[in-house]
Amino acid sequence: MTPTVVLSVIIGVLYAAGVYLLLDRSLTRVLLGFLLLGNATNLLLLSTGGASGLAPILGYAEPDEMGDPLPQALILTAIVITFGIAAFLLAIIYRSWRLVRQEVIEVDEEDRRVARRSGTDADEIDPDDLAPEDRPAMHADTFAADNEVERRLAQQYSGMASDDIDLPPTQRRKR
Amino acid sequence: MLALLLLHLVAAVLAPVLVRCWGRNAFLALALVPAASLGWILTRLTGVTGGGGEVTETVPWVPALDLSIALRLDSLALVFALLVTGVGALVLLYCARYVEPDDEGNARFAGILTAFAGSMLGLVLADHLLLLYVFWELTTVFSYLLIGGSGSKLPARRAAGQALILTTAGGLAMLVGLIMLGETSGSYLLSEVVARPGTGPLLIAGTMLVLAGAVTKSAMIPFHFWLPAAMEAPTPVSAYLHAAAMVKAGIYLVARLAPGFADVPGWRPVVLGLGVATMLVGGYRALRQYDLKLLLAFGTVSQLGFLMVLVGGGSRELAAAGLAMTLAHALFKSTLFLTVGVIDHATGVRDLRRLSGLGRRLPVLAVIGTLAAASMAGLPPLLGFVGKEAAFTALWDGGLPDRTAAVVVLVGLVLGSVLTAGYTARFLWGAFARRPGSADGEPAEPVHAPGALFLAAPATLALLGLLAGPASPLLEPLVTGYAETLPLLVPEAEKLALWHGWQPALLLSAVTVAGGAALFALRAPVYRLQRRFALGASADEGYWNTLQTLDRLAVLVTGTTQRGSLPAYLGTILVVVLALPGAVLLFRAPWPGQWRAWDTPAQAMVGAVVLIAALLALRIRQRLSAVLVVGVTGYGLAVLFALQGAPDLALTQFLVETLTLVVFVLVLRKLPKDITERHRPRERAVRGVIAVAVGGFMACAGAVAMSVRTATPVSVAYPEAAYDFGGGQNIVNVTLVDIRAWDTLGEVSLLVVAATGVASLVFLRRRTGVVERMDPVQLAREDRRADRAPRRQWLAASVALAPERRSVILEVVTRILFHTIVVFSLFLLFSGHNEPGGGFAGGLVAGLALVLRYLAGGRYELGEAAPVDPGLLLGLGLLLAGSTGVVGLTLGAQVLQTAILETTLPVLGDVKLVTSLFFDVGVYLIVVGLVLDILRSLGAELDRQVDEEDPIDAAPGEVIVR
Repeated sequence: MTPTVVLSVIIGVLYAAGVYLLLDRSLTRVLLGFLLLGNATNLLLLSTGGASGLAPILGYAEPDEMGDPLPQALILTAIVITFGIAAFLLAIIYRSWRLVRQEVIEVDEEDRRVARRSGTDADEIDPDDLAPEDRPAMHADTFAADNEVERRLAQQYSGMASDDIDLPPTQRRKR
Repeated sequence: MLALLLLHLVAAVLAPVLVRCWGRNAFLALALVPAASLGWILTRLTGVTGGGGEVTETVPWVPALDLSIALRLDSLALVFALLVTGVGALVLLYCARYVEPDDEGNARFAGILTAFAGSMLGLVLADHLLLLYVFWELTTVFSYLLIGGSGSKLPARRAAGQALILTTAGGLAMLVGLIMLGETSGSYLLSEVVARPGTGPLLIAGTMLVLAGAVTKSAMIPFHFWLPAAMEAPTPVSAYLHAAAMVKAGIYLVARLAPGFADVPGWRPVVLGLGVATMLVGGYRALRQYDLKLLLAFGTVSQLGFLMVLVGGGSRELAAAGLAMTLAHALFKSTLFLTVGVIDHATGVRDLRRLSGLGRRLPVLAVIGTLAAASMAGLPPLLGFVGKEAAFTALWDGGLPDRTAAVVVLVGLVLGSVLTAGYTARFLWGAFARRPGSADGEPAEPVHAPGALFLAAPATLALLGLLAGPASPLLEPLVTGYAETLPLLVPEAEKLALWHGWQPALLLSAVTVAGGAALFALRAPVYRLQRRFALGASADEGYWNTLQTLDRLAVLVTGTTQRGSLPAYLGTILVVVLALPGAVLLFRAPWPGQWRAWDTPAQAMVGAVVLIAALLALRIRQRLSAVLVVGVTGYGLAVLFALQGAPDLALTQFLVETLTLVVFVLVLRKLPKDITERHRPRERAVRGVIAVAVGGFMACAGAVAMSVRTATPVSVAYPEAAYDFGGGQNIVNVTLVDIRAWDTLGEVSLLVVAATGVASLVFLRRRTGVVERMDPVQLAREDRRADRAPRRQWLAASVALAPERRSVILEVVTRILFHTIVVFSLFLLFSGHNEPGGGFAGGLVAGLALVLRYLAGGRYELGEAAPVDPGLLLGLGLLLAGSTGVVGLTLGAQVLQTAILETTLPVLGDVKLVTSLFFDVGVYLIVVGLVLDILRSLGAELDRQVDEEDPIDAAPGEVIVR
């Protein structure tokens, strides 16, 4: 199949503009970039159907005069989905604006926190850091069923958000 | 057999309900399930042992993968199934008195324990390699849940995680190994694999990997440490999973494979070496435990090593001894665990330094415990003695191909048995003896005698161990059925019996008992010796250090690669796209030989408009203007679609573009007018370079892909198929609702998700419900107050708007057009099968009608126009689209296949009904629901927040995710 210069140029420019906007920090411009990318992709899909033809409707055109119906079907749903996603992004923009008066992609705090973190305080606690009687069974041949351990750990790690520590202290079963 | 497994499944699902109804007595009912299985297996006993009458059952599961639920009950499976179901029933019985009556965790515990019993039964019955693996991992998962318990204890969580990580790692290795074995042998049926293992290096590698699974599951060194740590689980779990059943899975697998694989190079060194080492290490560690449960746990590790040697040796006499010993071990070890459970329950203490004088206060329990312990130490006349005797005899007579190896293994086993006898004595002394050192009456809590039901399970198990010793000749057919599949290496096979006459093995037994007694008598010096030679390092520490290293590595990698900037991440991704596929495009791709300038000159003109609009979008900082120019590219695209011969696309694109603009305006009116520029010029330059490169790359890639295309498009047959099977003339629409209906179903599901997401983001708390409507009383009051604006003659709720926000012209136009537009949308829907239109376009048009009502009349007007919950529309649409597929299936056609119904009606004439219309109606409803949900969220709710100056007043402790 022969590519068309005009369509290729439009596709290229739409992609370039879309990517440029997508790399912005403003969420609105990201969304605009997303829309442009969506348009560019739809056009790219359409262009793969070959040269222009007649509408793929039986009775209106003979099958060999028609444009390729498959890319058209794919694009049709893509258009509606782009609309849905755009609405979703808009809702994100609005929410961000309403809650923090910003519509900007900020530096991810969680990522920065991980990056700053030294390797030692990974979530698993080294048994060597525990008192000998609190270590797991194979360490000191004893059980660590004591709530005291949990409480001490909870104090030690009180500043950190972790599923491990936030649980309420256990009620020891009455025998 | 499948029925038995399903019975377990049903019981496991019902268990929580039963526990809620009947309290802890529900365990009695649950115990009936494994008991019934046991009964069924016993009825097959004579058939299976009496000469190869195996029971098999095959149900196809995934035929395409050659995967079937193949179950097989032969004599080996029968022995293990007896253990699994018998001990399972007794342990559940025991639970009925062990658990606290009002413990919240009981329901969960009962369900998981029953499910475990079922999966363990499935494991020993499975005859398909992959089915075996599935059950294998199920037992791992249930074990994890049972060890972790309610998840509120740190040590329990850690022990559970450790067991899971180790056994799953082994299990994954095993999966790879099983596939290798299946491929080498040419069959995935376990029985055929064992019969014809095949040859080659893949066989050796596969065998080693499978052994890795067995070794981790059965807690061989260096992976033994998870088992003692797993003692955090309640005692019945320890008795069942970590003594009788789950840890035996590795033993079972080795026994299962031994007939075919014992001669594979490397098998015997691994199995025998690890087995003997584990037996010695476990026994040595057991000797210095204070916690009775830990003592038993290390004892289990030790005994598992013993069993591994016996079943993995690959000779008939060792295998027979191994099976007898497996039975014996399951009986005595679960009894001992249950005994400890009773002690723990009665006194709250398991530390043998604090217990004293229990033997006198709980005499029945002491008898039970002593019987089981005697079996563990190998004293006559118990089954443990018979098994040990048989093992010693087999090795003494040379039950291994290599004579030297047999001697070494025998020495190891005798030493291990000495340790076993030693820690058995320590256990009995610790649990029941009255020690002068500690004050009588410790523990301070009064000991109340356990009830008869509580003691029933350990008593039954202990009695079985006692009776099975003298009756061991009766067990002979049970073990020989399996053992005969292995070669006989000694001149004459010894039969199981209590008394073989004066034999070397008897002397060895005497040595072990004497040695154990000596170890016990000299326990103080032995303990000092152990302390002196205590190792600084342990396998457990190695494990934690490995995990720590992994954690550190993860933090390091995350910290270096994730710097927190989304544009940087996207940029990286795009640069990689340019570097890899881009380089291929540049250097390897065939450049298109010929180009066409345009299809029509109009294409170029529209293209120019689109280009200008796209470039303007980069420059404009004003929000609304930027949105408008992007909208221009969309409309331009619609024209291009029309020029290309795609009327459906053009229609949809026009409608969507309009809707998008409206929705944008709805939100952007709340935001500041201008977009702030936050990028330095250098950043902009980098972005520009990347953007231009990506644009160029995509354009070239598209052109190159087109020019090199040689295959016939798949859609060549679509026109014919569309009419013949789809019953429609609009091929695009038929493609959507019939030929590629699966795709469409997925895509409309995505729309439902997007709509729900929008509502969830805008409504901070509650996102379902209808659009707010006006209270009639209030409406009437507003109506009177709105004397300056026209009264409610055009629209239902527009009076609620402030007079300055109302437009009479818009109201009149809306009033006239609304119903027409809705009818038009229905026309598009119904005619879409043969002409441009369809569910998507129709739904969008109806959505536009709603937009019109909302713009003209405000948020209450939207509620009047569409007094339904958008969620209902979305769900109904999805249900309709999905059930079209199911209906097609029930009518014998394929999923989502179209049926054409033609008939002649009196007035309407020829009517042709295509069932895919219902699918399209579903699509229509979803699109309308989507638009309505967006209007409700981004329109009406935003208005309400402004009208009522709704502050975000988070309740204390409430977290609103940004």
